[in-house]
Amino acid sequence: MPAESSPKIVIVDESPVRAAILEAGLREAGFTGVSHIGEMQNLLARIYELDPDVILIDLENPSRDVLEQMFQVSRAVRRPIAMFVDQSDAASIQASVDAGVSAYIVDGLKKERIKPILDLCISRFNAFSKLQDELERAKSALEDRKVIDRAKGILMKLKGLTEDEAYVLLRSTAMREKKKIAEIAHSILTASQLLK
Amino acid sequence: MSTPVCIGFIPLVDAAALILAVDKGFTAAEGLDVTLVREVSWSNVRDKLNIGLFDAAHLLAPVAIASSLGLGHVKVAIAAPFNLGLNGNAITVSPALHAALLAEIDGDRFDPMATALALARVVAKRRKSGAEPLTFAMTFPFSTHNYQLRFWMAAGGVNPDEDVRLVVLPPPYMVESLASGHVDGFCVGAPWNSVAVDLGVGHILHFVSDILVRAAEKVLAVRQNWSEKNPEVVAALLRAAFRAAEFIEEPQNRAEAAHILAQPERIGVGADIIQRTLDGRLKISPDGTTRESSRYLLLGREGAARPDPVQAAWLYAQMIRWGQTSWSPVALKTAMAVFRPDLYDAAIGRDGNDSGVRGTIGAFAGPAFDSNDIAGHLAAFKIGRHNP
Repeated sequence: MPAESSPKIVIVDESPVRAAILEAGLREAGFTGVSHIGEMQNLLARIYELDPDVILIDLENPSRDVLEQMFQVSRAVRRPIAMFVDQSDAASIQASVDAGVSAYIVDGLKKERIKPILDLCISRFNAFSKLQDELERAKSALEDRKVIDRAKGILMKLKGLTEDEAYVLLRSTAMREKKKIAEIAHSILTASQLLK
Repeated sequence: MSTPVCIGFIPLVDAAALILAVDKGFTAAEGLDVTLVREVSWSNVRDKLNIGLFDAAHLLAPVAIASSLGLGHVKVAIAAPFNLGLNGNAITVSPALHAALLAEIDGDRFDPMATALALARVVAKRRKSGAEPLTFAMTFPFSTHNYQLRFWMAAGGVNPDEDVRLVVLPPPYMVESLASGHVDGFCVGAPWNSVAVDLGVGHILHFVSDILVRAAEKVLAVRQNWSEKNPEVVAALLRAAFRAAEFIEEPQNRAEAAHILAQPERIGVGADIIQRTLDGRLKISPDGTTRESSRYLLLGREGAARPDPVQAAWLYAQMIRWGQTSWSPVALKTAMAVFRPDLYDAAIGRDGNDSGVRGTIGAFAGPAFDSNDIAGHLAAFKIGRHNP
């Protein structure tokens, strides 16, 4: 895509990580005019300064309502802005709301040029939330391992077991009680706190 | 078996009947399993209701009308069978603007005509001295806040589109923007005016009930086709909300209601501020001056919960006045049909206490509002975008 025909895209997002992921994706797809606003003070003035064709904003951002003002014809507005969708595009709204992103498109940008931008944003937003889920899981897995290690230590000390025996005891108890090993380990830690 | 219902809300005191209906178990008693989802923007509430992620929502009354007319966004027919609140907003100004207004005022400081004329003089002086125009914030283009602010200043001769800057700000950002000087005043619902006063950064200039005696503020909104498919669920929801509104309006229940509403996952501000709002007894100045009004926020008393199509017509007239849409008899009919007293009556029954107040707008300026004569209403006002 030649640079002069690349629409100007502004990402309004307080999460610098997600904005970077989005920005990188758009650039890879050939959209060269991408900028990011991470600060919500005086948002409209910042947007007018950049004069974008497309504005992307995450749904967790209360400043979405500020953007709605751009629909209104007022002396401060240079160009009317419409949301990317027309009446027939309920599926597109659904997909973007599900992904957590909303797009505002300046009137005059052709519909066929908007679609790839939006599709890309939705997939990047989905990828980001998947990444966050994985991070959360990894974090809690790490937490679990720490708890299990400490529970093993307590069992080894109190019952004179080796590390392997302590782990086997944890695992068999978990299986018998239909619980996770980490849960049993947590109980042991709590009990040992109480008995201190 | 209970029916799952998902309802979106914005953390404001006028979501009280909805929140209490759930948290006091009134919806459960009606066989509904309600999930309340706290939202961050009116755009989100509107979109999620329109596309069906929410079954119902706490919504700005003008947004319900705008969606039904296809203004600003996709066109989805919305039904509003219950008013969650009448009035409840206030206009708050910075200490500097408050002092400037009081220096110019000729008359009672709670008289909106006196303050609007004072504002016109402050605006004229600023223009003469080359100062930046004043900036006022409101919460959404299709909001009573927008129309109340505009109605008030225009009555004094201030053109809201030319003489001042009018900007949209999310309610949680209002106080900070007033403190930092980004805005000089705002019109917003509770609790934000009180928060500004408590922090010493603002003075409550007007309760909006000074401007309009009776204004539909937030509604319980559902998609029209959803309400047609689920009449029993709608009726159950209305009964639960009505019970909650009645509960809140009993003064001895206010402390409990305020405590429930103050929870972080609900409104999330101090219970004392919420109780002051419910009682209509607000601190209006950082020096501790209080003002009491029986009209500050109506959650069910005086027939407040029953939707009045004349209110919808008034809101539609404001959309025309401020250039958001143009006049058409079909659109007027559509707008009025959004407010559904028939659904309300079917669920709750006429309790008879709303006689004599139907159709009352009670604006402080201009002729009495007649929904059969929108053109005549608009012709009475000089300032507005309806007069090119």
